[in-house]
Amino acid sequence: MYNFDVEKPTSIADAVAALASDDEAQALGGGQTLIPTLKQRLASPSKLVSLSGVAEMQGVSTDGGVVSIGGATPHGVVAAEVAQSYPALAALAGNIGDPAVRNRGTIGGSLANNDPAACYPAAALASGATIVTNGREIAADDYFDGLFTTVLEEGEIVTQVRLPVPEAANYQKFVQPASRFALVGVFVAKFADGVRVAVTGASEDGVFRWSEAEAALSANFSADALDGLSVAADGMMADIHGSKAYRAHLIGVLTKRAVAAAA
Amino acid sequence: MTKVSMTVNGKAASGDAEGRTLLSSFLREELGFTGTHVGCDTSQCGACVVHVNGVAVKSCTMLAVEAEGAEVATIEGQAAPDGTLNTIQQAFQDHHGLQCGFCTPGMVMSTAALLKENPKPSEQEIREYLEGNICRCTGYHNIVKAIMAASGQDVSAIAAE
Amino acid sequence: MPKDTGIGASPKRREDVRFLTGTGNYTDDINLNGQAYVHFLRSDMAHARINSIDTAAASAMPGVVRIFTGADFEGVGGIPCGWQITDKHGEAMQEPAHPVLAQGKARYVGDAIAAVVADTAEQARDAAEAIELDMEELPAVIDMKAAVQEGATKVHDDLTSNLCYDWGFVEENKPAVEEAFANAAHVTTLELVNNRLVANPMEPRVAVGDFNRATGDSTLYTTSQNPHVIRLLMGAFVLGIPEHKLRVIAPDVGGGFGTKIFHYAEEAFCTFAAKALNRAVKWTSSRSEAFISDAHGRDHVSTIQLALDADNNFTALRTDTYANMGAYLSTFAPSVPTWLHGTLMAGNYKTPLIYVNVKAVFTNTVPVDAYRGAGRPEATYQLERVIDKAARELGVDPVALRRQNFITEFPYATPVAVEYDTGDYNATMDKLEEIADISGFAARRAASEAKGKVRGLGVNCYIEACGIAPSNLVGQLGARAGLYESATVRVNATGGLVVMTGSHSHGQGHETSFPQVIAEMIGIDESMVEIVHGDTANTPMGMGTYGSRSLAVGGSAMVRATEKIIAKAKKIAAHILEASDADIELKDGQFSVAGTDKSLAWGDVTLAAYVPHNYPLEDIEPGLEETAFYDPANFTYPSGAYACEVELDPETGKVSIERFAAADDFGNVVNPMIVEGQVHGGIGQGIGQALLEAAVYNDEGQLLSASYMDYAMPRADDLPFYQVDHSCQTPCTHNPLGVKGCGEAGAIGSPPAVVNAVVDALQSMGKDITHVDMPLSPARVWSAMHE
Repeated sequence: MYNFDVEKPTSIADAVAALASDDEAQALGGGQTLIPTLKQRLASPSKLVSLSGVAEMQGVSTDGGVVSIGGATPHGVVAAEVAQSYPALAALAGNIGDPAVRNRGTIGGSLANNDPAACYPAAALASGATIVTNGREIAADDYFDGLFTTVLEEGEIVTQVRLPVPEAANYQKFVQPASRFALVGVFVAKFADGVRVAVTGASEDGVFRWSEAEAALSANFSADALDGLSVAADGMMADIHGSKAYRAHLIGVLTKRAVAAAA
Repeated sequence: MTKVSMTVNGKAASGDAEGRTLLSSFLREELGFTGTHVGCDTSQCGACVVHVNGVAVKSCTMLAVEAEGAEVATIEGQAAPDGTLNTIQQAFQDHHGLQCGFCTPGMVMSTAALLKENPKPSEQEIREYLEGNICRCTGYHNIVKAIMAASGQDVSAIAAE
Repeated sequence: MPKDTGIGASPKRREDVRFLTGTGNYTDDINLNGQAYVHFLRSDMAHARINSIDTAAASAMPGVVRIFTGADFEGVGGIPCGWQITDKHGEAMQEPAHPVLAQGKARYVGDAIAAVVADTAEQARDAAEAIELDMEELPAVIDMKAAVQEGATKVHDDLTSNLCYDWGFVEENKPAVEEAFANAAHVTTLELVNNRLVANPMEPRVAVGDFNRATGDSTLYTTSQNPHVIRLLMGAFVLGIPEHKLRVIAPDVGGGFGTKIFHYAEEAFCTFAAKALNRAVKWTSSRSEAFISDAHGRDHVSTIQLALDADNNFTALRTDTYANMGAYLSTFAPSVPTWLHGTLMAGNYKTPLIYVNVKAVFTNTVPVDAYRGAGRPEATYQLERVIDKAARELGVDPVALRRQNFITEFPYATPVAVEYDTGDYNATMDKLEEIADISGFAARRAASEAKGKVRGLGVNCYIEACGIAPSNLVGQLGARAGLYESATVRVNATGGLVVMTGSHSHGQGHETSFPQVIAEMIGIDESMVEIVHGDTANTPMGMGTYGSRSLAVGGSAMVRATEKIIAKAKKIAAHILEASDADIELKDGQFSVAGTDKSLAWGDVTLAAYVPHNYPLEDIEPGLEETAFYDPANFTYPSGAYACEVELDPETGKVSIERFAAADDFGNVVNPMIVEGQVHGGIGQGIGQALLEAAVYNDEGQLLSASYMDYAMPRADDLPFYQVDHSCQTPCTHNPLGVKGCGEAGAIGSPPAVVNAVVDALQSMGKDITHVDMPLSPARVWSAMHE
């Protein structure tokens, strides 16, 4: 790693100020992606601003059918806290990485990083979440902007994520055998006003909504409703773990399974 | 360099760290707790698992300065002061749950975390919980068996007893 | 009733206590006063000319002690290769120079170009980035078959081509083999790839070089399976240090699996630099660095053909293999696809005619050498896959076809130059059918189908050759080393023993199992025996641990030395008891005179040896310490039968291992618990090869699976409990323990079982699929289903 300074603010305001004071400063969530990246010397921040000491970014609350999760809340805490209120989200959070990673990695860090194979982006997008930052509220539909890219500005921090709880939901993750990230992950969420289907791991453009499936499922929330629907292989990622066609195929399989499990 | 202080296995410990110093390096090189091992650099293998404030973390993926003031538990603090192995350690020895020993500290620390959450895990729960701990020697058979035994389960029916 | 001591008992491992309490002493735990750290600047291009290396700016960086480049090693020997193959024309293999640091060219991604020594590891890495390299990228040769085409870019300009050797075995058999194929009633042909693997012991490699200017002694601490071999190769061939001025210590080593056999440039560098700088120099590999600097394994591309007569008897076998050597010859690389592979092609079968061709090829990739099994898994995989395919083509039961062709009479001389001393292949197959509950498979298949899954069963056999020997034979085969093992048994005055062995334990539990043998021989408690290993300063010259040789060769040396001890102790006892040597019996640690009640305890005799007051000084020397070097008369031949049941998800192609059973014949077994553990681990790695692992290069020579993010290591939830059995025992006839070796069996026997099972599952779906190359990843299986 290149060397850097570390600041440990205890409030959002201090964190924002620390980031603003230095062009080369970067926020540090749980570090489960950032630290390995730093080890490879693929980034050289002058300063890391650790968010784990910011109490107001910790914790989970449920109110009026919306689960609100502090940006610095580790996956393990989310998994435990929303087990009753949003079981599909709990299952997703409880299957990110491994137990030790889940004790450090945070929802805000995951959403800010927007790894194309991460799980949380699928939950946020399928749930129609609101990503709350220190300066604004961003609808998930407007938030993700391609691989490892979001609409976050320099120095902007994800302080909270608000996820409306669907009537029924399920996340199906098909793991890449080495990294255990999602080779393809599909989150299906059924709301009173329609079904949202978000797909991670597959597309060259990162997490996306599968609108044809949403339309079909909004009309008929059953796996059979997906018969005949498929995602084009064009635009899918390809690597040593799966071709474009394979990923496209998995989207169909996993969506059906998610619907069957949710229904 | 910053002075970092923490409690390791119940005793105060402090040393110098740069911003970039990992908790694993700090424990091994600054404090001399070489029982914590580093087997990868992508946060996968789990040889470096320690407990920080009661939860298992990968010490190679946490900055030492972030553990300032924390209660850290490592493999060196698991046995009784007179050297008696704890239940998990004893089960690993009884059931040949280790060979080269390099992944073992992380396995023991992860097991301790597992059994705290889930005192009688099923075989499948154990295998899933160990997702972040890679062993190259044992094929996991005897590790899983040892953990079942450590949690008081009868392992006599498991293959190859 | 299981024994609780001696041979056949399973005492708890004594080494476990330090490993379980964090008090092991691995090489990276060793820090010497004032040590500096080295970072190797490695090529990020697979093939490039090094036009210039400007270290001026880097040298001025904080903490930098000195920067070394290839120029500093002119006049220093290169890394030697320990085995020379003679090709089918009688010519020696092509053997390129292998410099410690690249000279003129970089030949693979990972080839070390410069070495920065600094006060801290991070400073060394910081400075390495400031080195200005002028590199001219050259076309890379990655594909083996393309590499040996006329006009292919050469990895080494001074060689005639990229062909290291073209080996024919047994060349004289070739016409008869061809004739048998011409007359065959049926010929089955299979093309397959034995996937390239990275051994991945969990402890990355580490080297610490030290130099004592006062004495002129060099010391190397290293993660090695064979410190004496490193001392000889590095001292004699690279650095020119005589053995008495060079000490190599391999302390606790966190797994080896072959990749820690070899002498690596980093070891030579740290030893060299410590002397040059008069300061200890340490290198700790990161996992990322290990992927591009540890020797890889396997990487064969083969075509195998099996000829059968009208009664389904195997009449001939021939196989053509391309074997990747990588960019340089690693220590034992040339032997792996030849003598460790060709000699095993008979397997468990009485095929009368066999011809093996191997073309070893240089490519711009990391050197390839032995990995658990080394050649034998490649042979077994080919043979057991082609037999399975033949059974399907002929519509016969694959187990019946195997049984029909089993070798049943021993000793048996194969047409590939080895003689199996013992075995009982029907017995292990019978045992397998029992423990795998083969008869219950149909019901389990139906249950899988009921939940939308497809179940398959794969069965295969394997034979292994362990403890390669004797030395005079392996010398004729091209080994530049002897393959004996040594032991010194030192009995202390009060009766305790220390065994200094040339074998090296890096997970095998020698500290526990070796004392069991001595305890059995003398009739004393195991706790009276301590094992010392891993340090050239206090063990006799030995060849180390690999090829499942420790107990069969190293254990035999220990037995021989202990026999000498017992013989001398009997003389002492005879003197004290005033009896004839021949009348002295040793049992349960007591010497007695046959037919009398006169006896003497073990400790009385050992004390007499060191306090020789009442002692036959005119006949024998005081003291009780003996050394033996044991050079086996033959290989040992463990064998067995394995069965795998898989469940395949037809929608995703994902394969899960539902059941795995192994029935092995290891001859006599000293510690069943350790033996079973070795089999478990081997099976885990074999399933890893079959389902998960692959070192994949792109056309430019970049390793795509260069970390655990892309190289799939088997994890606990990828694997089941295994059913293992070693009750079939046909003891080895030519070593004193009757043992055969168990370390590699699991990794040899399991890959074909998995692939046979997946093919069985696919065929049960009505798919006309006869082969899928490993690893059988979900994507690959799904693709095969949809081609």
